[in-house]
Amino acid sequence: MTQQVEQFHYDNDIVRKFAYATVAFGIIGMLVGIWIALELVFPELNFDIAWLSFGRLRPLHTNAVIFAFVGNGIFMGVYYSLQRLLKARMFSDVLSNIHFWGWQLIIIAAVITLPLGYTSSAEYGELEWPIDIAITVVWVIFGINMFGTIIKRRETHLYVAIWFYIATWITVALLHIVKSLEVPVSFLYSYPVFAGVQDALVQWWYGHNAVAFFLTTPYLGLMYYFLPKAANRPVFSYKLSIVHFWALIFIYIWAGPHHLLYTSLPDWAQSLGVVFSLMLIAPSWGGMLNGLLTLRGAWDRVREDPILKFMVVAVTAYGMSTFEGPMMAIKWVNAITHYTDWTIAHVHVGALGWNGMLTFGVVYWLIPRIFNTKLYSVKLANLHFWLGTMGIVFYAVPLYWGGITQQLMWKQFSPDGFLVYGNFLETVTQIIPMYAMRVVGGTLFFTGACLMVYNLWKTVRAGKLIANEPAEAPARVKEVAHEGGHWHRWIERRPIQMLIASLVLVAIGGAVEIFPMMMIEENVPKIATVTPYTPLELQGRDLYIREGCVGCHSQMIRPFRSETERYGEYSKSGEFIYDRPFLWGSKRTGPDLHRIGGKYPDSWHYHHMLDPTSMSPGSIMPTYSWMLKDDLDNSSLKAKIRVLRDYFDTPYAEGYEDADALRDLEAQAKEVADRLKGDGIEQENLETKEIVALIAYLQRLGTDISKIE
Amino acid sequence: MGVIFLLIALSLIVAIGFLIAFFWAVRSGQYDDSYTPSVRILFDDTRPKENGSQDTP
Repeated sequence: MTQQVEQFHYDNDIVRKFAYATVAFGIIGMLVGIWIALELVFPELNFDIAWLSFGRLRPLHTNAVIFAFVGNGIFMGVYYSLQRLLKARMFSDVLSNIHFWGWQLIIIAAVITLPLGYTSSAEYGELEWPIDIAITVVWVIFGINMFGTIIKRRETHLYVAIWFYIATWITVALLHIVKSLEVPVSFLYSYPVFAGVQDALVQWWYGHNAVAFFLTTPYLGLMYYFLPKAANRPVFSYKLSIVHFWALIFIYIWAGPHHLLYTSLPDWAQSLGVVFSLMLIAPSWGGMLNGLLTLRGAWDRVREDPILKFMVVAVTAYGMSTFEGPMMAIKWVNAITHYTDWTIAHVHVGALGWNGMLTFGVVYWLIPRIFNTKLYSVKLANLHFWLGTMGIVFYAVPLYWGGITQQLMWKQFSPDGFLVYGNFLETVTQIIPMYAMRVVGGTLFFTGACLMVYNLWKTVRAGKLIANEPAEAPARVKEVAHEGGHWHRWIERRPIQMLIASLVLVAIGGAVEIFPMMMIEENVPKIATVTPYTPLELQGRDLYIREGCVGCHSQMIRPFRSETERYGEYSKSGEFIYDRPFLWGSKRTGPDLHRIGGKYPDSWHYHHMLDPTSMSPGSIMPTYSWMLKDDLDNSSLKAKIRVLRDYFDTPYAEGYEDADALRDLEAQAKEVADRLKGDGIEQENLETKEIVALIAYLQRLGTDISKIE
Repeated sequence: MGVIFLLIALSLIVAIGFLIAFFWAVRSGQYDDSYTPSVRILFDDTRPKENGSQDTP
């Protein structure tokens, strides 16, 4: 058989587009990060403007960094390497461009909706249902484009990087769909299908695997392509890379419950998460060593080449955070790290170190190549490298310090058995210097990235884009097709595959059948005194979600004496059955709020929301004066009650939403307003304001179990 | 905690899917050669003479 050499072109234009988007959104994401870090040091920077407040901007920062910066970085790297690894142009230029513009539109939608307070509150999955649908569509388009390219490839062997891309696509698709199961109540608001503990488990199954399959596996694919290319030597062990891939993907998906240690999640599920998290260290470190050892004998070049430096630090950061992750998943360690800034330091070693530095390395390597020129300034890139590396150190170390300090203060008992730091605020003001140093670290990192923008701009200006890079490769030798017969002959000749395929089908069928049954059973309240939220409390809860209170306040008291002394009775799973979405939170910049109900008078909350420092001098919580001025919007109350009852069996009476709900809401609002007036607060039409609903919700929180006789 | 069984089922389906993919990869000879691919990616198959041309594909 003669091999015919085919000529074709690689599409570099799409790579350029994604590269520009990566850089642009990297800058924006980091800038928002610096801004909210500053807000923690100088709360005045919230300016009492709703869309500038920390609670609303924090999800914008995380979404911008994860899905805009790293997301575009993934696509940039995949579109460059996939074509070359498969010796084929992308399946369809049209799909490539729809993918690009669709993704940018989704990001712009996020930039608009998140500051406006449209959030589903699920961490790293805050975007509301119409955007969730758009993400699904764009992801499917990306999938068609990628698998189409794989099918028309000229190279039979699928290089290990491609396996990482495939695993990313499949798993992210599944995670996104399950996480986004929600029922809309208005154009930009919805309630999740799962409530309380179940919603928490789904969220962290999603959240953990978003880290695993959005921030890790695709970037490992990029590492396995761009690191050998930049070093111009093969990966240390190709065999190890294959073992790395298969071991990693089989273990990663089970580790999610480590985000819920000591919560109301059943103990066995927590233990399952711990065991798999610990196992993860083996494949992760196998991959890290494989990356570092690729440079054996080339370390002299690392000294000169900034691109290799970026990559070395990236791989090292991957090693550090995948060592730290399993350690933090051990229950005793987690008791210290959870809810503190240690977690924030951990994710930033991953995001700045692993994702950030690898992205920079790839961009510096790839832009001069597709523009057929040399990097404008190696010196500037070196400077960027040092600023970035120092930035990571100055960011992470203070937060480790602050996190440990704060948790130790939370847990400190005096010899006679009282909390030494009974006032939560003391433990916050103690670490504000650390918050300030973190801003310095972030700013260093950001400055480095700005140098990169200038350097790349000069590089691009000096070169000329090779939009369609000519290439040639022999056509792929197809395996000899099976002679004739039905399509299912293929599987019938393979008993093991046949068995597995049928198992999969049975599992799907089983899940579909059994699942709705379990859902209904679950909605039977387990604690008799736990009742649904009143209409006013429900509205208040949705305001709590809108303002992103969950970003700084947990609602999950762990069964430690240090927590029950400080906050009250530990949280029980039966208390959350009407919580859609769950609001357990993952960080305590402020105190836990699960037992806040009845702790302070209504007027305390009123003054506190108007100016937190009036009630807690030195507090770094922003002011929320707009909630005192703005009228409560009850337009979607009907839909909310109806959805909660009809879809989720919340025991609201049939027809309750028609008139009674609003009447009950107004009556309860009047009660709260009267109490506020009784405490000397003079304000016109107080009972129609948002603050009244928020106070009603806060005063309800965690009080149901105290009604037990 | 019914949802945990759904999540386990879905995770298992993914895992089994990858297991099938793994069997396919091994059986179809993807891993018969565990060295050459790592070297092959280092070679570019671009046509240097035409480099810089703006042809459409």
